[in-house]
Amino acid sequence: MPAVVVDLFSLLSPSPCGGRPNTKTMLGRTLREVSAGLKQGQITPTELCQKCLSMIKKTKFLNAYITVTEEEALKQAEESEKRYAKGQPLGDLDGIPVAIKDNFSTSAIETTCGSNMLKGYVPPYNATVVQKLFDQGALLMGKTNLDEFAMGSGSTDGVFGPVKNPWSYSKQYREKRKQKPHGENEDSDWLITGGSSGGSAAAVSAFTCFAALGSDTGGSTRNPAAQCGLVGVKPSYGLVSRHGLIPLVNSMDVPGILTRCVDDAAVVLGVLAGHDPKDSTTIQDPVKPFLLPSLTDVSKLCIGIPKEYLVPELSSEVQSLWTKAADLFESRGAKVIEVSLPHTSYSIVCYHVLCTSEVASNMARFDGLEYGHRCDIDVSTEAMYAATRREGFNDVVRGRILSGNFFLLKENYETYFIKAQKVRRLIANDFVNVFNSGVDVLLTPTTLSEAVPYLEFIKEDNRTRSAQDDIFTQAVNMAGPTGDSQIRSPNQSHRMPCSSSAFPASPSQQPPIRAPLKPSLFSHCKAFPLLCLLLSLCQMQVIAVDSLATANSINSLCFSSFG
Amino acid sequence: MWARTVRLGLRARLGGCRGFTFKVDPQGTGQVTAELIEHLERLALVDFGGREAVARLEKAIAFADRLRGVDTDGVEPMESVLEDRCLYLRSDNVTEGNCAEELLQNSHRVVEEYFVAPPGNISLAKLNEQEPPPRG
Repeated sequence: MPAVVVDLFSLLSPSPCGGRPNTKTMLGRTLREVSAGLKQGQITPTELCQKCLSMIKKTKFLNAYITVTEEEALKQAEESEKRYAKGQPLGDLDGIPVAIKDNFSTSAIETTCGSNMLKGYVPPYNATVVQKLFDQGALLMGKTNLDEFAMGSGSTDGVFGPVKNPWSYSKQYREKRKQKPHGENEDSDWLITGGSSGGSAAAVSAFTCFAALGSDTGGSTRNPAAQCGLVGVKPSYGLVSRHGLIPLVNSMDVPGILTRCVDDAAVVLGVLAGHDPKDSTTIQDPVKPFLLPSLTDVSKLCIGIPKEYLVPELSSEVQSLWTKAADLFESRGAKVIEVSLPHTSYSIVCYHVLCTSEVASNMARFDGLEYGHRCDIDVSTEAMYAATRREGFNDVVRGRILSGNFFLLKENYETYFIKAQKVRRLIANDFVNVFNSGVDVLLTPTTLSEAVPYLEFIKEDNRTRSAQDDIFTQAVNMAGPTGDSQIRSPNQSHRMPCSSSAFPASPSQQPPIRAPLKPSLFSHCKAFPLLCLLLSLCQMQVIAVDSLATANSINSLCFSSFG
Repeated sequence: MWARTVRLGLRARLGGCRGFTFKVDPQGTGQVTAELIEHLERLALVDFGGREAVARLEKAIAFADRLRGVDTDGVEPMESVLEDRCLYLRSDNVTEGNCAEELLQNSHRVVEEYFVAPPGNISLAKLNEQEPPPRG
């Protein structure tokens, strides 16, 4: 089975923002190209849907999907086809297969959050972002796998099992594995996808869909994007509705977007952004769809490199890529300066306290009464709740609930919770100060190293791993701005996507220096032109400010793009 | 109150209402006492499940203690990054609803239009102290 995926990568890997002009490789094209293909009749929505469904079957061993919605997808494809026949498609997403992380409510489709607590739970409504995708005619391929309740940084802790990184089956990685003595089981050193939106990342990376929704609380979209060779966007808090996203941390959660190229992410973000009356934490400013410019003039840009992000644990590979990225921008005329975010070392601790505290509150709704798992005990309400929660939650979730309750105890509230909220302000102020000093974007790695093998990852527990892996990503969740993790080009030594984000290149290709984008304009963010350049960068995270920013709240797009 | 016996049998599905206690290491760090464990289990209605979970909590607390090193004099707590904006309030009109039947479908135990709960006002602690509790 892995052999199929190896062929896949060599046949289907898209060149940056371009695909091969061959209908057989339709899956390897960008969203806009496929959309054009659909309009021109090169392929029908049903054919496209069938291709993706067949790819899902071929890549079942990745365990990216919890529920595959074959019937629904085909029905949606049929309707899309009728619209194309009339020449009235709904937009760029009409007929485009997408996947959705299983913590978004989808009407009449099981939504489990990767947990026993919600196994069999069928929501009676669609999350707003899901509805927006459907309103644009997107086809739902299925609900993707995740860490239980989105708690984790590996997509290894859900009840449906871990998700395998498609890059584990790339030619280069398999060659590298042959060089090392391996165990009896050929497949024993597969790589993790990162988490917690690992299923979504694997789904996009394995060409089973063109875009996927993830969620990002502390890096859960950018981390797997970085490790699976994708573009992962964490929009600014308040830009995209959280209605229907089963909450983890209300003050930090945002829906995230995973795609294979930046332009695709722009298309999806344009559809999802905007005020939602059902989510009062969405901002009311009008949001217009945007286009990225096709020319990249970075000479007026100021790029900040936060010095505190250079930690000893950073792998030398990622560090050299970080330098390479910075040099690339400088060579194109951008001003690259070192900046300081002084409270960086405290941000993961602060995140840990606030996250567990809010989790303790949010998980309280799962008591077995109105929905979800319910145990058989009938002696008392409390006994029933306790046993239900014991059976429904795994160790990770229970651990966070208990930690959160500890920090919220009367005697601890001031010392831990309030203290963490104060530190949060200091962290947010760090970003404000930097962006007010003339810096347009920050360039940082997304993770400490490239994707690691599962067997190595599980040597430490979930809490330790999250504390290690979220180190570059969670500060942005606390401060609010957007982050983009772009996939990077395959690293030199073993051709694996590294942690910053970069545009997916085929393992055998060298990344192009400049990747022309289809016209797409982020009119309210002047940092977006550099997205074109970012395509060639390795696993960098870009933190930018958009015009929605006020003096105190930074709304920036965090791009985790892989180079 | 340091040691309580592990009632493994009670973890089994059918008899599991009796307690969530286990043996506490008397040489523990002292910060996470048996009393605290019981208190947290009662508040969270989630049990520790074993020594490892207590150790994890101790590590989590030690990790969080690093915040003490930050000088936050004169700093206001931050609840939301959108604190300088007004929360949106929609107009007080009924726009949807009447979906009781749909909502009741997700529950395991329903009688007419009611969710059925076991008797309340019986605290977990009292149950732990009793021998086989009477069926309610």
